[in-house]
Order: sequence, then structure tokens, then C-alpha cells
Amino acid sequence: MPMLRLAAALLSGLLSGIGLALSGLLDPARVRGFLDVTGAWDPTLAFVLAGAVTASSLGTALARRLRGPFLADAFDWPTRTRIDRPLVLGAALFGIGWGLSGFCPGPAVAALSTGLRPVIVFVAAMLVGMAAHGALRRGLPSR
Amino acid sequence: MSSFASAFAGGLQIGLSAALFLLLDGRIAGISGLVAGLARPAGEGPAGEAWRTGCAFLAGLVLGPPVFALLAGGWPVMWIEASLPVLAFAGLLVGFGTRLGSGCTSGHGVCGLARLSPRSAVAVAVFLGSGMLTVALGRVLA
Repeated sequence: MPMLRLAAALLSGLLSGIGLALSGLLDPARVRGFLDVTGAWDPTLAFVLAGAVTASSLGTALARRLRGPFLADAFDWPTRTRIDRPLVLGAALFGIGWGLSGFCPGPAVAALSTGLRPVIVFVAAMLVGMAAHGALRRGLPSR
Repeated sequence: MSSFASAFAGGLQIGLSAALFLLLDGRIAGISGLVAGLARPAGEGPAGEAWRTGCAFLAGLVLGPPVFALLAGGWPVMWIEASLPVLAFAGLLVGFGTRLGSGCTSGHGVCGLARLSPRSAVAVAVFLGSGMLTVALGRVLA
């Protein structure tokens, strides 16, 4: 296992965590303000998405011109293209949880560093939700 | 820096992080996917390497806010309005929903929209819509 690959992943994650803190996305009240379109709407967080998609698009455009990534064997592109019921239902449930709490997975994981009890409760429940999905899927006949 | 400028600059960093992870490691920096991947046994070979790089990315993510605090001279503002039971319920929905829907704001939003994936565009529209509806309903019921 090349150390370089681990260091690159650590650095990528670190950059994301710093970006979350700088952008305001770490603050659940700001996130809920952004979602509060019928009330005191705070549109600033739309600029986070704009900045993120801009930089990510450049990375994607570059990646498409390469044979493979610099430190791994091949690009692991998502393969599913069908817009199906699990996609829509899952996104809808996620949105409800996001709106209730102001947390999505990235900021919640980054905020673990604060040691705040509400963050730990949220992330623990998120892991339980993920495990529940895994258990349910194993219990169902394969799709 | 104005809040618009810091939002855009922070967004650029998040997007650059996703671009780096893709160009160096070849993978989509979807946080819900990386977190769920931790539950799989590490093992040997390429799967084990992917597991360890996922761990390293998440470790970096957790280190981000303290490093920001060091650089900026203070922690970013965080105001958590929801009570612990609401946070627990919301966490369950976010965990289950992001697995069922194959991604969250990072995988579908930052990475999927950049790939012009129709699947991700639908997911983003749905979770933004249901999030906005949830906050609006909370406002009516409160």
C-alpha cells in the first residue's frame, strides 16, 4: 500500500473539512436558513454549491481525458443510470432528515471534531440508519 | 471576507477536494458512501486499499475544522437548533435515505452534478425539495 495514496486521501479530506468550515455549511442553523425558502431565506449557501461544482467539474473534465488516476489502477465511475424508485425515495427521506437537523453526512462527520453531544447523537443515528438499510437489503431477494 | 465570498471560497475547496480524490484515487468523494464503506471488512488487495484510503479521507475531513480553527484563529460558528430526539430521528433518516438513494450532497451534489449525471440531478432536486418542504412545514407547525 503506497503511503502516497493514503496521504493524498487524507489531504483531500482535510481540504474538504476546511472548506466546510470556511463556507458555513458546518453550521446547521445556516443550512436550515438556506432551506427556509418560505421564511427568512439565506441564499449564501447556494454559492457553496456553485463553487464546489465549478471546481469538481474541472476535475471531472480532466479525469475524462486521462487513462487512469495518478495513484490507483482505474477510475471507479458510478455505473447506474436508471432513475428508479429507491433513488427518489431515498433522496426524499434524506431531505427530510437534512431539513429537520441541518446536517448532511459530510458536515456531520467533520463536526465530530467539536466533540459536541448533538453531533455525536446525529452521527450515531446515521450509522444505525445505514446499518438498517444494509440489513434490510440483505433480507430482500436480490434486485 | 463577506459571507458570499467565504461561501464560494469554501465551496471551491470542497470541489477541489473532490477533484483531487478523483484524479489521484480514481473515486467519487461521496461521504455517505465512504462512511458506509467502513462497515465492510478491510481485507487484502484493491478492496483493502480502497477501505484504507476511505478511512484516510474521513480522518482528514474530521481534522478539517480544527485546522481551520488554528488558521482562522477561532472555530466556525455552529448553532444546532434541533433537540437530541429530533437529531436522532433525523440521523436515522439521513443514514437510511442516503444508502437507499445511493448518495448525499457530496456524491450526488458536488460530484454527480459535475459529471452531468441525470440520476444525481434528480436526487439533488428531490432532497433539496423535501428539505425545503420539511423546514416550511416545521415553520407552519411551530
